[in-house]
Formats: sequence, structure tokens, C-alpha cells
Amino acid sequence: MDYFKQDLTSLHELLVKKEISVTELVKETFATIKQRDQKLAAFLTLNEQTALEQAALLDQNGVDPENILAGIPLAIKDNIVTKDLRTTAASKILENFQPIYNATVMDKLAVKQVITVGKTNLDEFAMGGSTENSAFKITKNAWDQTKVPGGSSGGSAAAVASGEVIGALGSDTGGSIRQPAAFNGIVGVKPTYGRVSRFGLIAFASSMDQIGPLTRTVKDNALILNAISGVDPHDATSSTQSVPDFAAGLDGDIKGMRIAVPKEYLGKGIAADVREAIQNAINTFEKLGASVAEVSLPHSKYGVPVYYIIASSEASSNLQRFDGIRYGYRAQDVKNLEDVYVKSRSKAFGDEVKRRIMLGTFSLSAGTYDAFFKKAAQVRTLICRDFAKVYRDYDLILGPTAPTTAFGIGEDIDDPVTMYMNDILTIPVNLAGLPGMSLPAGFSNGLPVGLQLIANQFDEQTLYRAGYAFEQATDFHKQVPAIGGQN
Amino acid sequence: MAITADEVKHVAGLAKLAFTDQQLQKFTGQMDEIIKMVQQLSEVDTTDVPVTTHVTDAKNVMRADVAEKGTDRELLMKNVPDSQDGYIKVPAIIDESGEA
Repeated sequence: MDYFKQDLTSLHELLVKKEISVTELVKETFATIKQRDQKLAAFLTLNEQTALEQAALLDQNGVDPENILAGIPLAIKDNIVTKDLRTTAASKILENFQPIYNATVMDKLAVKQVITVGKTNLDEFAMGGSTENSAFKITKNAWDQTKVPGGSSGGSAAAVASGEVIGALGSDTGGSIRQPAAFNGIVGVKPTYGRVSRFGLIAFASSMDQIGPLTRTVKDNALILNAISGVDPHDATSSTQSVPDFAAGLDGDIKGMRIAVPKEYLGKGIAADVREAIQNAINTFEKLGASVAEVSLPHSKYGVPVYYIIASSEASSNLQRFDGIRYGYRAQDVKNLEDVYVKSRSKAFGDEVKRRIMLGTFSLSAGTYDAFFKKAAQVRTLICRDFAKVYRDYDLILGPTAPTTAFGIGEDIDDPVTMYMNDILTIPVNLAGLPGMSLPAGFSNGLPVGLQLIANQFDEQTLYRAGYAFEQATDFHKQVPAIGGQN
Repeated sequence: MAITADEVKHVAGLAKLAFTDQQLQKFTGQMDEIIKMVQQLSEVDTTDVPVTTHVTDAKNVMRADVAEKGTDRELLMKNVPDSQDGYIKVPAIIDESGEA
């Protein structure tokens, strides 16, 4: 199956009309994955046998014409637990972990008869922006295999961008869906905090983690978000807000939409080629009838330090559960119980995870709590207020997703601070719990540039309407990387 | 504020992590860089600014206190590294080597 020639709507039609069976679709998908993944290394685990069994059952019972996701093969980031399918979070500590339950999003996709083809690579425990922190393999960018795919959802993004699958789930704590979507030239959405249940998402920073879809088109993205949204009794922070049809009302008409561009988002530190692509995008939105004005988010420059304190503090607490006792790696050369904890964790966590646990433990410890954690939580309030003020007068905020296009593999890995600054444009969105989208807005030296749209809480509809209008007015999403077998 | 190797060692103890001397050196340098980066927050005036620890508008989420069937015990043991007679097996809390 050539996923570059399909979207969910056309693929569904082929399945309903039986121009292709679910089994054929699944077989072709695995054939493509096996071929392209030799170069890409997007997947950690394939689910071939179960996927083929599910496909056979669907072929036997017929594809429901009312269910657009029936029989659609999707890829799942490997920090989302899948019952009886190995889930590692790309960590040695969970190398052989077989979950005994499904994440809520997986149950929801199962109801929609989605077929899970496999689990995709990530930075260990979703900590990183290049997928180089995986304990198992280095995933490559779909457009240039010497570049990183971004992260932490780098495997999901590369799999979608290379045409291995039509869509995937990722997770986003500080930009982990949007930045890899930008680096790979696809659409990635981090929903409003609480829109999607976090139950079964291996916890990193619980006040910011959200699951969301990565796809090649805006509408496909909306269709998948429809399927995974909604309140969940297993996640007390999931929202009781009603879930609208995100794919409805995508008509390209955004006349009168009020768009704000924070001046901090086009300032120094943003590469010239990225700035130019975003300026072109602004012109496109104006031609579409939106009004665009400059605003200020004065505290956004503190987003990175606030995030690294808060996310690391939450992580240091969440990762206490990995102690070698009930599941995961257990060190063998131990003399007592304390040894089990210390040696298991020291051997099986990677360096970036250790750095974050250390920073978090430090920020929360007596003597530093007020100056670090409390201070960061106060500045977080100021960042939230900056956004709230803008949304009194505007519908949408626009800027780049990342300061540069994809960087080279190995370039920044030993320099944590430079790596962290990469997230400066995505992090404030998580701190404030807002929904954000990255979509293709151009190319520079053959690498995609991502445009970021940010809406007010629970206003994903505005994101999708604006994203769809931009997509219809441009052809960046129609470009195919060389690994896709064309061009 | 510069962080010393001793402080890093202390934090590692709290976090149940151990480092070799070489790792400790690398981590101390990197932690120092990170801490310098996050210390720019001290320039922000946060007088009377409340903390934000979550961004949902939900308060306490209540449910009826109804007993539900728990997870099957055998299933729960599926990923346990070492077990005996249906219990999780761990080494003694006190050093088994006999050295104090």
C-alpha cells in the first residue's frame, strides 16, 4: 500500500468496497516497514502475528462502513502500554516488560478496530528531543538519514513520514509530538491537558504529559483524536468537557480568524530559514482572510528552566517505582535490598534519565525546594497568565515549532543545555496545558520546517480549522521523501 | 552557585543511584551547567505569585465507593523478576555477607 497516495477517507473507501482486504493491507504494511526500517529504525517491536489474526477476523466480519478507522494499521509509541505486547519506554529497565493491561487509548482504538502494527522508538522514558537517548537503536529522519528524527516521538514521526504507516500515536510533555512532526514534515497534535486519558502512558511529568496523533494530513489527525479523546475514570485529570467532532467544519474558511504572533517566537535564536518559512505562512494566513498581529509572551524565555525543574521533579518522583522488585530489570550481584534498588537503577537507566532524576531530586530536596521547585511553579503561573491575556483578544497563536530544522545525529547529544534550548518554542504550551499543532510549512536544504499553531484550552477545533485551511492553500504536505520510493 | 561532587553524591544517594568516580565528574560538570541555566529564574519577581502545580480546572474527583474485582494475582506476578510460592522474592534487608 502506498500511503502517500491515500488518506484515511480514501483508504476506508478501498476497504469498504473490498478493493483491498484488511489482510492484504496489513501484509503490505509489514512488507513496507521491514524494507524501509532497515534504513530508518523506527520500530522497536512488531506485532505481526496478532495484527494478521485481527485482520483475518475483520475480513470475515466485514469492514463497518460507518467506522472510518476499521482495519487501519497504526503505530504506537513504546511508552504507551499494550496488553501482551512488549512495552519498553526504550529503557533497559523495561526491556522485557509485558503489560497486563491496555492504556485507555489502546482500548479506545480497539473498539474502533484499529490494528496495532508495532511499537515505535523514543528517547528513553520520553526524555529527549532526538530519539538518540533510546537504549536500543538510533532512529533516522525520514528525509535525511544523517539527521535526527526529533523526539521523543521520533519513531512514530519517522514511521508516518516515510509511509510505513498512515498514522501513529505519540506523547508530548515538552514538545515530543510537535518537534518530531516538524523535523519529519508531518502533522502532530498535542491536545489540551486532560483531553486524552493518560492511563497507561508510562508517566514522565504527570502535570504535562499528553498523548496525541501524528499523521500526514490535518483531517486524518482530527479523525484519530476523535477516537482517543474523552473522560476516563482511570485518570482523574482527564476532562469532563464534551468532545466535539474535530474533523467537522474543516472547510478552509478562516476569514476573520484573529492570529497572534509572539515577537519572542521570531527573535534571535531562530534560524533564518525557519523564520522565512514562518513569515511565508503568515502571508498565507493573511491571504486566507485571517488578521495577524504581533503580541508578546514576556515570560516565554523562562519556559526552558521552568520546564526542566518541574518536569524533572515530577520524573524523579514518577520513576521511583522502577526499583527492580515487582517488574523490570533486577541487578544480580547484590548483597541486600538497598543494593537491588541502587544497582538495578544505576545499571538500567540511561544517562539522560539519570540527569533528570538527579535534577528533580535536587530541586525537591530540603534547602533547594524554595529556590528551585517553588520558584519554577510560580514562574509557570506567569507563563500561563501571558497566554490567557493573549487569548482575550485572539483565537490562535502562531510561530515556528523548533528554532532549526533537524540537526545531525550525534551533534548535540553530549551538551544537555543546548539540547534543552531546542524545546523553547514548544515547552510553554505544555506548562499552560494548551493544545498545539505542528504542520509542514516549507523546506530548507531538503529538510522540513514546522509551523506551530497554539489554541486556547479545549479549542482544538480552531487548531484543526486553521491547520486545514493552511494545508489546502499549500502543497508542503504533498512532498514525498526519497525513502518513500518516489520523486 | 556551583555544585560540588560531594553534593552530587548526596543527591545520588537520595535518588538511589550510584556513580563511578569518572561518571561523578562528568555529571557534576553537566549538573552545574544545568543549574546555572535554571538559575536565571532568580531574576523574575514572583512576589505574591501563587504556584501552578497543575493546569486542570478539576477539583477533587469523587466516585461511588463500590467494591470491584481486583486484578488477578497470578497476572500481577507476570513481570516479577524473582518469586517463590506466589510471593515476590527479594534479598534480605540486612547485608547477607555478614560484613557490617
